Amino acid sequence: MTKMKVEVLDRRQFVIAAGASATALIAGFTGAANATPEKAMEYMTKLTNGGVAKAMDGKIKVDLPEIAENGNTVPVKVSVESDMSADDYVKTVHLISEGNPAPEMASFHFTPASGRANAAARMRLAKTQNVVGIAEMSDGKIYMSKTQVKVTIGGCGG
Amino acid sequence: MAKARVKAPKKAKAGDIVTIKTLITHKMESGRRKNKKTGELIPRHIIDKFTAKFNGTEFFSADWHGAVSANPYMSFSYKAEKSGEFEFIWHDEKGEETVKKSKITVA
Repeated sequence: MTKMKVEVLDRRQFVIAAGASATALIAGFTGAANATPEKAMEYMTKLTNGGVAKAMDGKIKVDLPEIAENGNTVPVKVSVESDMSADDYVKTVHLISEGNPAPEMASFHFTPASGRANAAARMRLAKTQNVVGIAEMSDGKIYMSKTQVKVTIGGCGG
Repeated sequence: MAKARVKAPKKAKAGDIVTIKTLITHKMESGRRKNKKTGELIPRHIIDKFTAKFNGTEFFSADWHGAVSANPYMSFSYKAEKSGEFEFIWHDEKGEETVKKSKITVA
């Protein structure tokens, strides 16, 4: 009998706990609706047709300032080691945010005529976060790197 | 609509890898900013595609999203093999295009 009581209590506690976590989840979505590392991963999986799961380290370098004082315009430089020859080149580099309102930032498409897989641009960063760079090579290999940026003043609307 | 500026070399040696820098004036309205007086969201309006061509063949392009800063800057490289003309195209979500051209002589 006593055992039964304990079980009921457990179940009730479970329901309360489940309810609380569901509320937290909803609050997370309706609130700032920020990209999270999980959402960034989801987006990267879609971008690469699941290839991101086999992504390797190295080759790609994403240069960002260690501390970005103005999140409205943060210089970003990407470079990927490659010969950029007709049968071995970098096809695309994606930049993905783990802390902006949306994970997608920009994609750069290269060809052997690019000579080098280098590109520079300026991005908005809402807060301190990791920026993920993904390089898709012509042979289907995928390389990935993560760079942390500290953002003093966020730059995404508000 | 938008004013574009391109810095591309006019001369190069065959096989040189040259750097091209581009800049365009555009608000890149992300659709997340609010009008401070009315509190309404300002509708999104960005350039979503940049394309660089040489003698009509695309050699570099970029997809831009809301995270690209206002007045987007883009730099990239090109392996010069022969003389010809670069063409840079900025395509905006409303279908407007800004085109800029630049010639290069390869010795």
